[in-house]
Amino acid sequence: MSSLKVPRLTFWRAVYVVILALFALVFIRRFTGGLGAVSNLKDLMPWGLWIGFDVMSGVALAAGGFTITAIVYIFHLEKFRPIVRSTVLTAFLGYLMVVMALLVDLGRPWNVWHPLIMWNDHSAMFELAWCVMLYTTVLFLEFLPLVLERLGKKHTVHWWHRYLTPVLCILGVLLSTMHQSSLGTLYVIVPEKLHPLWYSPILPYLFFISAIALGLAMVNVESFLSFRAFGKRLEPEILVDLGKATAFVLLFYLVIRFEDLVVRHSLKYAFRFDLGALFFWVEVGLLMIVPMIILMSERLRHKPLVLAGAQFMVVLGMVFDRMNVSTTAFQLGTGVSYHPLWSEFVISIGVIAIGMGLFGLAVRYLPVFPEGPIEHPKPADPYVELLK
Amino acid sequence: MSVFAVLYDQSKCIGCGACEQACQAEHGQRPHKPTRLDANSFNWVQDLGKGTYMRHFCMNCEDPTCASVCPVGALQKHALGPVTWDHTRCIGCRYCMMACPFEIPKYEWHSVNPRIRKCDMCIHRVSKGLPTACASVCPTGATTFGRREDMLAEAHRRLKEHPHRYYPEVFGEKEVGGTSVLMLLTRTPIQDHLPANLPKHDMPMLTWNVLGKLPEIIVPWATFLGGMMWLTARKNKVAEVEHHTTEDHTTEHHTTEDDHE
Repeated sequence: MSSLKVPRLTFWRAVYVVILALFALVFIRRFTGGLGAVSNLKDLMPWGLWIGFDVMSGVALAAGGFTITAIVYIFHLEKFRPIVRSTVLTAFLGYLMVVMALLVDLGRPWNVWHPLIMWNDHSAMFELAWCVMLYTTVLFLEFLPLVLERLGKKHTVHWWHRYLTPVLCILGVLLSTMHQSSLGTLYVIVPEKLHPLWYSPILPYLFFISAIALGLAMVNVESFLSFRAFGKRLEPEILVDLGKATAFVLLFYLVIRFEDLVVRHSLKYAFRFDLGALFFWVEVGLLMIVPMIILMSERLRHKPLVLAGAQFMVVLGMVFDRMNVSTTAFQLGTGVSYHPLWSEFVISIGVIAIGMGLFGLAVRYLPVFPEGPIEHPKPADPYVELLK
Repeated sequence: MSVFAVLYDQSKCIGCGACEQACQAEHGQRPHKPTRLDANSFNWVQDLGKGTYMRHFCMNCEDPTCASVCPVGALQKHALGPVTWDHTRCIGCRYCMMACPFEIPKYEWHSVNPRIRKCDMCIHRVSKGLPTACASVCPTGATTFGRREDMLAEAHRRLKEHPHRYYPEVFGEKEVGGTSVLMLLTRTPIQDHLPANLPKHDMPMLTWNVLGKLPEIIVPWATFLGGMMWLTARKNKVAEVEHHTTEDHTTEHHTTEDDHE
């Protein structure tokens, strides 16, 4: 290991370094000047981009972890087994990114461990804190066999998968059920502050169901991206089936969402000529109903680019939903104006960059993809031709 | 029900600002004329024009939303009435600020060791049997302090005596389940300076409606997941055995057991 190569400087590597440098600068400013120095957050808008995107959306984006492990280990749909590793890895890194952003956002991050000993079981945030801590641990333990395998500890890995993995998997699904929904529960207590198109007493249920749709969609998007970056992809047939599953979960979600709007007499707000209605239709119409219809079509689902595009729209739609609940609907409900400061974007982008860097390292050095370490895609592959 | 309450009568308020000064002195803040509530102003007398004024300060709810949402119990309701913040517990998540229906808790945005700041109903005075600083200096009796049931009775007496002077309810008697600050409001539109249409029930029960159900959802859910795991694994094994017996393959079979990654 004495001859470590110095990486070649490419455009994207330069961008990466710049992002990390900016991230470091803002990070330092955050801990010398307080949150006010690096964000446009204020008393009437105490949560902004970091909570809306990094935490709310980040946790939801990592939902693939529990969805796929449940499909493979609990429902034993074996054909999805090849994607377990990469999904668990992304989920684990996703949660690390959430925690990283949270440490920037929390006003007194050195007290972040307090929920361990200072309990308030009436707080959704308390439940969330516990679940995220436990689930990150579970994801770490689910990820550990990859490292053990790399170290050649075959017996430990075998034993691990036989006895520990099933337990970890059930724990993971339970913890995810609890905290994916809890992100919605956070907003159940502010009926007078959220726009009626987003406030609902059943927000926890909506968040849980949409997390499953998002998790499924995310697996496809990750596969697409890792193909572009590392020449690694999942079997097209698996992706087609995932698309079908996403469409079904989306349909289920939309039925409940609209039924809830009707029951609460709030659907009328969707037919007004205002910002709320616009955001609603972009989210639900453009980014959920349209991709759902695409995914339902047998013909379109078999076109890899269309499939990946539709799944990407679903991902965008769900991120948009989390952002809407946490910022847009809150602003429309309270009349507060808030635009994130540039440094807020730097933190969000920096956290993603760090996560992607870690993913790249893991793919390079660990047996993440079923066929082993990186190799160049065969040019004869029709899928490769399509994506070129 | 808390022991004490502050009663604020908007019709008697002349906007002199004595309560603001007393509040700042009590909490060791630099004397200033507040223009809103912030980390250094727990009490603000708003000039509504035409000789009417409105005091803004923490309502010190009977069942405080802030205390219920705080993950570490940094905000606490005291039996005497005040709702206070504990710096040894707070993690700075700011959920209290998000959740408060009156938008009361404020934050020190430019501090590296930020605090949640708000009226603490002068807990140091109240626990010694003294009235709050604001009530002790009010020259017109617009702000008074006493046992909550006495304050409520007095408020209703005034409402009955001058029904045309006041908004027909004691604000804080039932709002969000009742508060330790009671307000008699004049007939100016309430939504101009206070959150209108607040529910009459406490807010924490909205969250508890969900969180309280968790045990009865999680236990059957865990059983279901465990059961499915057992059931489908068995189904796969049966299929595998059938596969082995019906087709006479001589090629080596990777059993799923070895193939587990």
